[in-house]
Amino acid sequence: MADPVLRLNGLRKAFGALVVTDDVDLDVGEGELHAVIGPNGAGKTTLINQISGLLSSDAGSIRFDGHDVTHMPVHARASLGLARSFQITSILPGFSALANVALAVQARSGSSFRMVGRADAEAALNTPAMAALAEVGLADRADVLAGHLSHGEKRALELAIALAMQPKLLLLDEPMAGTGHEETERLVAVLRRLKGRFPMILVEHDMTAVFALADRISVLIYGRVLASGAPEAVRKDPRVVAAYLGEEME
Amino acid sequence: MTDAPIAVPRARPRMPSLTAELLPALIFIAFALVPVLAATGAETYLLSLFTRVMIFAIAAMSLDVLVGYGALISFGHAAFVGLGAYAVGILSSHGINEALIALPVALAAAALFAWLTGAICLRTSGVYFIMITLAFGQMAFFTASSLAPYGGDDGLTVKLRNTLFGFPVFRNERAFYYVVLICLLGAYVLCRMLVVSRFGRVFRGARENPTRIAALGFEVFRYQLVAYVVAGALGGLSGFLLANATEFVSPAYMSWQRSGELIIMVLFGGLGSLHGAIIGAAAFLLTEEWLSGLTEHWKVIFGPLLVLVVLFARGGLLGLAQKLRRLGRG
Amino acid sequence: MSATLLVVQVLNGLQLGVLLFLIAAGLTLVFGVMDFINLAHGVQYMLGAYLAVMFYAMTGSFLLALGGALVAALAFGLVLEFAVFRHLYDRDHLDQVIATFGIILFLNQGVKLIWGAAPLGLPIPDALSGSVLLMPGLLYPVWRLVIIGSGLAVGVILYVLVAYTRVGMLVRAGATHAPIVSALGVDIRRLFMIVFGFGTMLAAFAGVMIAPILSVEPGMGDTILILAFVVIVIGGIGSIRGAFVAALLIGLVDTLGRSFAVDILRLVMAPSPARTVGPAIASMLIYLLMALVLYFRPTGLFPARGRS
Repeated sequence: MADPVLRLNGLRKAFGALVVTDDVDLDVGEGELHAVIGPNGAGKTTLINQISGLLSSDAGSIRFDGHDVTHMPVHARASLGLARSFQITSILPGFSALANVALAVQARSGSSFRMVGRADAEAALNTPAMAALAEVGLADRADVLAGHLSHGEKRALELAIALAMQPKLLLLDEPMAGTGHEETERLVAVLRRLKGRFPMILVEHDMTAVFALADRISVLIYGRVLASGAPEAVRKDPRVVAAYLGEEME
Repeated sequence: MTDAPIAVPRARPRMPSLTAELLPALIFIAFALVPVLAATGAETYLLSLFTRVMIFAIAAMSLDVLVGYGALISFGHAAFVGLGAYAVGILSSHGINEALIALPVALAAAALFAWLTGAICLRTSGVYFIMITLAFGQMAFFTASSLAPYGGDDGLTVKLRNTLFGFPVFRNERAFYYVVLICLLGAYVLCRMLVVSRFGRVFRGARENPTRIAALGFEVFRYQLVAYVVAGALGGLSGFLLANATEFVSPAYMSWQRSGELIIMVLFGGLGSLHGAIIGAAAFLLTEEWLSGLTEHWKVIFGPLLVLVVLFARGGLLGLAQKLRRLGRG
Repeated sequence: MSATLLVVQVLNGLQLGVLLFLIAAGLTLVFGVMDFINLAHGVQYMLGAYLAVMFYAMTGSFLLALGGALVAALAFGLVLEFAVFRHLYDRDHLDQVIATFGIILFLNQGVKLIWGAAPLGLPIPDALSGSVLLMPGLLYPVWRLVIIGSGLAVGVILYVLVAYTRVGMLVRAGATHAPIVSALGVDIRRLFMIVFGFGTMLAAFAGVMIAPILSVEPGMGDTILILAFVVIVIGGIGSIRGAFVAALLIGLVDTLGRSFAVDILRLVMAPSPARTVGPAIASMLIYLLMALVLYFRPTGLFPARGRS
């Protein structure tokens, strides 16, 4: 495989005596959608936090797009093109949906130390923002205050924000958490459309979504990668079945 | 949902509400008219009162940028005012009375202090931020109190108001009033531009959700520091004008009580709306003026008034006005 | 700089430290358990002093004055809690700062109205006035030793209460994570009232004990309030142990700093600038200390809520 966009080597994180990330190796290639699954408490969100920089790692390395980002702060990694959506919705509730996304566009286009001119009137920011909103189906909710959106709409907004960052890698931390059936289907369709445009790591519990979207799957149990590979192989792996998937998936 | 490309609707520009644009204009017109109206009555008294209102409005407005738009509750903002004032006082005691020298010095001193202390304060948050800004304010206060050659505890008289380009413009009460008004207008425009700009959007976003802002790629600390320095410099401007207005500088200008009063002014008007800070400064000083005329123990009334405002009029005067309007409508 | 002077100043520093601890203990508990910034804590200290003066004038007995002051201060504090503070627990810190600032204005002016602006005094009980010979050439006032002793005793009692009683456990739990305590079915309002009442009494006690040494006047609570906040920030919010360590530290640094700053500076600069700069640096020392501590430990030395 050509140089992977993301390579984790021996990544480790412990909280006191509790080892949450245990010697994790993982890589994500160009255009790949790599799903990370595992039971609750397996350390999936911790792993995402380590990759995005919210948590520092005790050992191991993270290489992203040719840079060693292991010790870089969150904002530096984000500037390099590492975008993430949060498991617990993290938007700006007092800003409109459009402004939320326009701010993400702003992050990638020129200096934000500009103190002249109205930011929310800039077409150069608003047009790409509207495009991203349209991608996730929120175009008609652009002027609504983000705090007033429904839960599913907020999850979609999270995705739109991440898209607007023109990411080189997108970390999706349970984007379908708490969404109803219809909105889950909608998000899956959006993700399917985005597949291939840029690499993604998808942490999800919804197995239908995972198996519909993933190019590769890594299974995380107690912080260790139990198995990693093509979806069908993982689905049939007896260790994975025993530890997580159970007989129902057969 | 099909896979066909989706038409992108045009983003609608937001229409500014009439009140948001009209009210500030009315405020400035009102201030401009004061000298005209004052000429009929107690001119010197009214002019000096409203000059003081405008001077503190500048300081309150700069604090509103931090508190209202950035959720940075600085309990040491009076230090910037004091620094600006002392710049005037110290230069004056050495015979330098020109505004073109004193003003840049005042701004630079305040900005430098803001930059140095902000770099430390902004590493903390919440109550720790409040405490450490208070600490730096106290440090400035004690330093000024111990400056024996410049009056120490007792303060320093400014023998002559600054000249402007050599002309004693400030010594004319009316002319000085309009100078302060222009400064207030300029400060207002600057703050407004700051807040709606790209910079302002990041800064305001950091108040709502700093994690999200960092995740977008912005280094929150840098934005907050720049805002802190700008606010500090405007505080210095306020101090420069204050020293000229009162012809006196004293460590009391930097006390923590003064910093508290500035926060109250911002709250009185309503946080996060710059003209609110102007209204708040006016409300605070005029109430203080009125009450102290009634009784020397006016603080016995003012104290509970503050408590009532916090408990029942949290959005300040602007918030009250909004509530009343909604009641009237519905 | 003699050994005697040093010992005297160390003892003075301890006395200030103990006083600060009495005030900071209540403040840190209220802040830790209820997340409530109470700027009015300083005026409660002042009120204790004024009430003691009043009761002494009525009874002529220091002990009765102390008892009366504590009871009256507690009653007043509970009234304040019921009327005002209770409604502020859910509000953000800014609201609490402004509202309690209003209380400071009200009470500072109120005592001026009732007792006048002139400083008042409280005499030391005869048996405890006078000085004692601690070492050759060192006479130290008994009353200051009483303050140190009583402060340490209160510290021990507080420690026992917090570490070994049921209420103490609830307080510690509340300081770590208040919502959970409430969710466990504890009557959180009663707990708040107990914590608050206790804090008020501690502040009033400090005010009574210091009254014979300092003058009792309006605004006496303001400076000590700032110092107390510095103590709890350095010590770590919600931690009695932190308040104790930080209070003694600040008492010593401030007292020794003020006494010896000029002398120390004279070692590196000429006497005249040293005399100007010295007092300025001395006043700033504790703030420099706080800035330093916060730089390395952004949540204080012994934060009750675990270090992140």
